[in-house]
Amino acid sequence: MAKKLNKVDVVTVGVGWAGGIIASELTKAGLKVVGLERGEERTTEDFQMVHDEYRYAIRYELMQDLSKETITFRNSLNEQALPMRQYGAFLIGTGVGGAGAHWNGDTWFFSPYDFEIKSMTDKKYGKNKLPKEYTLQDWGITYDELAPYYHQFEKMAGTSGELNPLRPERTEEYPTPPMKSTPILDRYMEAAKKLKLHPFRQPSANISEVYKNPDGQTLNQCQYCGFCEKFGCEYGAKSSPNVTVIPTALKTGNFELRTHANVTGIIHDGNKATGVRYVDVQTGEEFDQLADVVVLTSYTLNNTRLLLQSELGRPYNPETGTGVIGKNYCYQITAVATGFFKERFNAAMGAGSLGTTLDDYNNDNFDHSDLDFIHGGSITMKQLGKRPINENGAPSGTPRWGKEFKAESIKWFNRSIPVTSQGASMPHRNNYLSLDPTYKDAYGNPLLRMTYDFTKQDQALYKYITARCAEILTEMGAEVVEPKELTEHFDIVPAQNDHITGGVIMGADPETSALNNYLQMWDVDNVFVIGASAFAHNGGYNPTGTVGALAYRAAEGILKYREQKGQLVKRESSNKLA
Amino acid sequence: MDEKSKSNMSRRKFIRNSSYAAGGLIGGGILGSIIGTNYFGETEQPSTGSSKESNFNRALMYFTRQSDFQILSAATERIYPKDENGAGAIQLGVPYFIDHELAGAYGHNEREYMKGPFFSGTDYQGYQTPLKRHDVFMAGIRAMEQESKSNYDASFIDLEGEQQDEILKKFENDEVKLKHVSSAYFFEMLRTATISGAYADPLYGGNADMEAWKMKNFPGSQMTYLNKIGSEKFIEMKPKSLRDHLS
Ligand SMILES: Cc1cc2nc3c(=O)[nH]c(=O)nc-3n(C[C@H](O)[C@H](O)[C@H](O)COP(=O)(O)OP(=O)(O)OC[C@H]3O[C@@H](n4cnc5c(N)ncnc54)[C@H](O)[C@@H]3O)c2cc1C
Ligand code: SF4
Repeated sequence: MAKKLNKVDVVTVGVGWAGGIIASELTKAGLKVVGLERGEERTTEDFQMVHDEYRYAIRYELMQDLSKETITFRNSLNEQALPMRQYGAFLIGTGVGGAGAHWNGDTWFFSPYDFEIKSMTDKKYGKNKLPKEYTLQDWGITYDELAPYYHQFEKMAGTSGELNPLRPERTEEYPTPPMKSTPILDRYMEAAKKLKLHPFRQPSANISEVYKNPDGQTLNQCQYCGFCEKFGCEYGAKSSPNVTVIPTALKTGNFELRTHANVTGIIHDGNKATGVRYVDVQTGEEFDQLADVVVLTSYTLNNTRLLLQSELGRPYNPETGTGVIGKNYCYQITAVATGFFKERFNAAMGAGSLGTTLDDYNNDNFDHSDLDFIHGGSITMKQLGKRPINENGAPSGTPRWGKEFKAESIKWFNRSIPVTSQGASMPHRNNYLSLDPTYKDAYGNPLLRMTYDFTKQDQALYKYITARCAEILTEMGAEVVEPKELTEHFDIVPAQNDHITGGVIMGADPETSALNNYLQMWDVDNVFVIGASAFAHNGGYNPTGTVGALAYRAAEGILKYREQKGQLVKRESSNKLA
Repeated sequence: MDEKSKSNMSRRKFIRNSSYAAGGLIGGGILGSIIGTNYFGETEQPSTGSSKESNFNRALMYFTRQSDFQILSAATERIYPKDENGAGAIQLGVPYFIDHELAGAYGHNEREYMKGPFFSGTDYQGYQTPLKRHDVFMAGIRAMEQESKSNYDASFIDLEGEQQDEILKKFENDEVKLKHVSSAYFFEMLRTATISGAYADPLYGGNADMEAWKMKNFPGSQMTYLNKIGSEKFIEMKPKSLRDHLS
């Protein structure tokens, strides 16, 4: 029998960026918030021994423990899904701070085009630009409506950056100036300009100078230590929930952070949630935490899984195209070309989001009339800090082991560098999330099943963008330029991209979306679902700026809901179903 | 073009130059324990992991038969051989790294999903075997010896390098049958573990004296590159290990 715990104003499931922002905003407003986090406590002090590639970047110490819980995966509807038994294609965070404790820090605003992608595509290219299997939708919010929340996230995080010449709608400067540049990034900048493109120093949460945020939290200056992506920052220089919103929430005295608490379901009574059930993973005891408002901040996968498991909302059915929970699961298409140079660079130095980028082939910034895809991707050169176990690249044809492998991989270690793109990913009717009929997690609940494959749109976009990446490297004077090919089907094994979205999407129409634009569920007024799960498609940038902005907007929505109850947004029903 | 730029910035200067001193902020991270340690090489500590002194880590934790360990050692040396660049897998301690890893969480798949049912799956669904990594290694090593005996009538460790390569290639190309796992999968694990052992921090028992890092000109775990990141020149540095950060 689960033990009932006294009711609080708000309970959040998961304490990463989304959970942290909800906690900080609501506790500042005087609400009592309990944050349930399945993983362990984590602060800057835990990162004193973090410069360990093997432990953190190979064995993925900071990531979710897959022995307890994973996903099952198949490429298509008629395959048997099998468990992702070890990490590969993408990584999932756990513990206080979530993936925000070990992210890179690339902090973007999605484009105005992203939020109204369906209307704008139809208007410019006609209704049949993409075949009807692509379930493209507007987000039920415009860029202008979301812009203030984006800025709020940036000011909290202290983002360092420089204005993007192709994004004139951005009116405010970044809170801190861009990071230092490096010879290789300068070369990228020059080459791109020669190609008449519009490069700029990309926005970064590896802070360029000491910064005090509006909540009074201080972030330190990045030391370019080269152990950033997949690592925590030992300096407290990388904006993370652990050094910003979580301490802010704790400081109010209104926030209770409970770790080792794995939520297994949302308790509800018809159309109203009454709390959540969780297991103390250290003792096995079960608890019901009662609350007025339940906020899911457990990332794309568990946000979807908890709703399906708790039978809240209408599950998506790919056969009929009806239902919404699990719909529009998207990945991101990582186009990449590698340049091999004659000279050596200080490639081991770097930071998670130290980069120069351009948007000429992103969004609808180029004409797609004669192309068989829409959208595109930002194209970036980054100096992340190369590390020796993971980086053994050499021009193709080099053996993968033995004498020649050793000599070549040593030779190129400081001489090769990639240009990569975050390619947008469009939703497809057959790419979706559901519960697995066979495999269970450590608590006896079904695993989430992912059905996903690259689409024709993905392949066309990949091909086009990879060629653009290669052009820039050639202009930079690389001796050898090698574009990488996309695998025929999506493969769960090789590392590709950590940005997975959809499953609990927002929109204007309850028939085709799960959430309104405050991320409040259409079907259950006191449940808010925050994260990249809300994205109706995945754009050409990293997602967290948008997750953060949506979290700030949801926090405002929750405060409004306390006042007025019921739905915060009027339903717009779609013509076709009316 | 081996421009050498000596990194002889003193600790006092580092603290003055860094934002910490400027803002009076100690982040609580490594810097919290920097005072009194030798981040900047002012006092050299004797290196650990060297074969010159007795190293009690160099003993077997997982393998019970020395012959299995010797076969493993010979195989890793073919993957990462000693050459004009420097040390090979054996000298670096890679076989000990693998032995120690197999004895622990890695070898026992503690953080992987190991529940059944097991099906072989498509080429895109990743590894699907009930065998733990240590089982796979053991099966692979024994099968390498078997191949060697039946093809050359000799133990793997007594073969010529090229002969050992032939056997390894058979595994790589999935031409050997193992129980419940493909030989290509075993080979991939062996290759990855060898590279990991060569280049991981010496704390794991490989990368002795940081020799593999030196070959690659990888500086290891430095405190900061704040004043070096913009350098036009390639800066060679004496690498630092995590040992250097323990106060
Ligand atoms: C290596 C890596 C690098 C990245 N780099 C970037 C980048 O540069 N830029 C960018 O924009 N994005 C990046 N991302 C993505 C970014 O980290 C995520 O978008 C962001 O962290 C999402 O925040 P979140 O709060 O929604 O989810 P998370 O950070 O995943 O937090 C969710 C939390 O919920 C907890 N939880 C889940 N299920 C339960 C449950 N049942 N019960 C209790 N708790 C639960 C988890 O343990 C976790 O702590 C990166 C991701 C990774 C893995
Ligand atoms: S690169 Fe900068 S932000 Fe990233 S971990 Fe190192 S010091 Fe921190």
